[in-house]
Amino acid sequence: MSHPRKLDLESKLSTQLSGIPRSGIRDFFELVIGRSDVISLGVGEPDKPTPWPIREAAIRSLEKGQTSYTSNLGLESLRIGISKYVEEHFRVSYDPKTEILVTVGVSEALDLAFRAVLNPGDEVIFHQPCYVSYGPSITMAYGVPVPVNTRLEDNFALKASDVEKAITSRTKVIALNFPTNPTGAVEPPEELEKIAALCVKHDLLCFTDEIYSELLYDGAKHKSIVEYPGMRERTVLLHGFSKAFAMTGWRLGYACAPAPLREAMMKIHQYCMLCAPIMSQMAGVEALRLGAEAYEGMRQSYEERRNFVVKRLNEMGLHCFNPGGAFYVFPDVSSTGLTGREFALKLLEEQSVAVVPGDAFGPSGELCVRCCYATAPDLLEKAMDGMAAFVAKYRKAGA
Amino acid sequence: MERLLELLKENARLSAGDIATRLGITEAEVAARIAALEKEGVILGYHAVVDREKTDHSGVTAFIEVRITPESGGGFDRFARRVSQYEQVRGCYLMSGAYDLAVVVEGKDLYDVARFVAEKLSTLDVVLSTATHFQLRTYKHDGFMLNTPPTDGPLLVSP
Repeated sequence: MSHPRKLDLESKLSTQLSGIPRSGIRDFFELVIGRSDVISLGVGEPDKPTPWPIREAAIRSLEKGQTSYTSNLGLESLRIGISKYVEEHFRVSYDPKTEILVTVGVSEALDLAFRAVLNPGDEVIFHQPCYVSYGPSITMAYGVPVPVNTRLEDNFALKASDVEKAITSRTKVIALNFPTNPTGAVEPPEELEKIAALCVKHDLLCFTDEIYSELLYDGAKHKSIVEYPGMRERTVLLHGFSKAFAMTGWRLGYACAPAPLREAMMKIHQYCMLCAPIMSQMAGVEALRLGAEAYEGMRQSYEERRNFVVKRLNEMGLHCFNPGGAFYVFPDVSSTGLTGREFALKLLEEQSVAVVPGDAFGPSGELCVRCCYATAPDLLEKAMDGMAAFVAKYRKAGA
Repeated sequence: MERLLELLKENARLSAGDIATRLGITEAEVAARIAALEKEGVILGYHAVVDREKTDHSGVTAFIEVRITPESGGGFDRFARRVSQYEQVRGCYLMSGAYDLAVVVEGKDLYDVARFVAEKLSTLDVVLSTATHFQLRTYKHDGFMLNTPPTDGPLLVSP
């Protein structure tokens, strides 16, 4: 009788995966989990639940017994709603039948878009610090991630000149996300226009993740790269319900793209996901019917919280620009003599306030931390008090 | 409604400094505006919103529908103002529909309120009829949800 060889599962895993590090957010999440005393500025979501009329629409659809699959593309009524909403907000129109795909969050849509267009070795340019999934999603689609750093002195806007330097003969896609998670940065129209011109000049595709596009402050109006000449035909516009409508857990997003691109994404989606959950889609129909009425109050409240947090952070000596969108601030903590990760760990330990180390969003965020201010105002105030005491202690120690 | 009032309605304990930071105006402007709103009687007062079921308060609250004959010259106003004078009356509203006034009354117990209706309200000449409804349980009060079952909190860290 032969002894069975010990099974080595590590050796069975895809080599494509082994090059991808664990998310820096997950490391940190495990330190915090189970602690009830923590004030968290560490989440990427609104503090309030989904507005009641949207929740009620989902409940009603369940009561009616709407529990089946939908078209792979998503409910037609939802795609029509998306088409109207996108036209109103982005001034670009898409055909609900051939150019819109409903997905399980923007994350799925982004993954589909990369997989639909990338051949092994194709390069994707994206700006860093950025949402954690860009690099890994590109790698998993056998592409080559080409991060371009954005800087605090530019308010983390992306310079077209930096993009141009990163373009090679293998570049296929430029991926954008403005307003940006984790910095709250908004892209100035003049740079956006230049990046659009680069896309056209070098015949590149553009994937624009518009998930924070409703959350803009100081009276600003959103401008997407898709609006510039020559862009609609080469752009995949990715959007969803998570942030503006406070619907993170519903996992509902969509992609708008010219028919051949939408069809390629659809092919992957139909085999790996089939369709987004119908109850989420029914909720989405109601969310779009309500539109700004559902989120304007939240947006206004975030703007006020942003004003409060930016003022407090700068007063305590953490350099922080005034971000024009999303619900994050990304202060530079180097004046404490700590890196972002050290700062976050010690702040959690000493003041029970959770923020996310900036390096989770790429190496260029090393000296920063991300604080989400979509947190109840009284908790936000306590968190700022804790941070102020913490910063005072470390600045003194370093002086 | 102006945003400053909305903020105070949500949380009257916000300082002028806090409000100024949030709205991007100066503390002096906020203080002046609040003073003006108080002077004009737009802001009548400030109070705590209390879940009475969690206190040792044992009183009752009743909503009383009152139908009256409007008085010549004064309409409903004279009667409404007169009823409002009673300390037990926490609210008094002129209504459209099947009755004229809704009067909110607080009392020590059911008999206390019944006495008020019988002795104070019904005895007034213009009152045609009353219907008294006692409040049994509060689910939402002044915009706050009460008695909601707890749920799992959100994650503490997420991307």
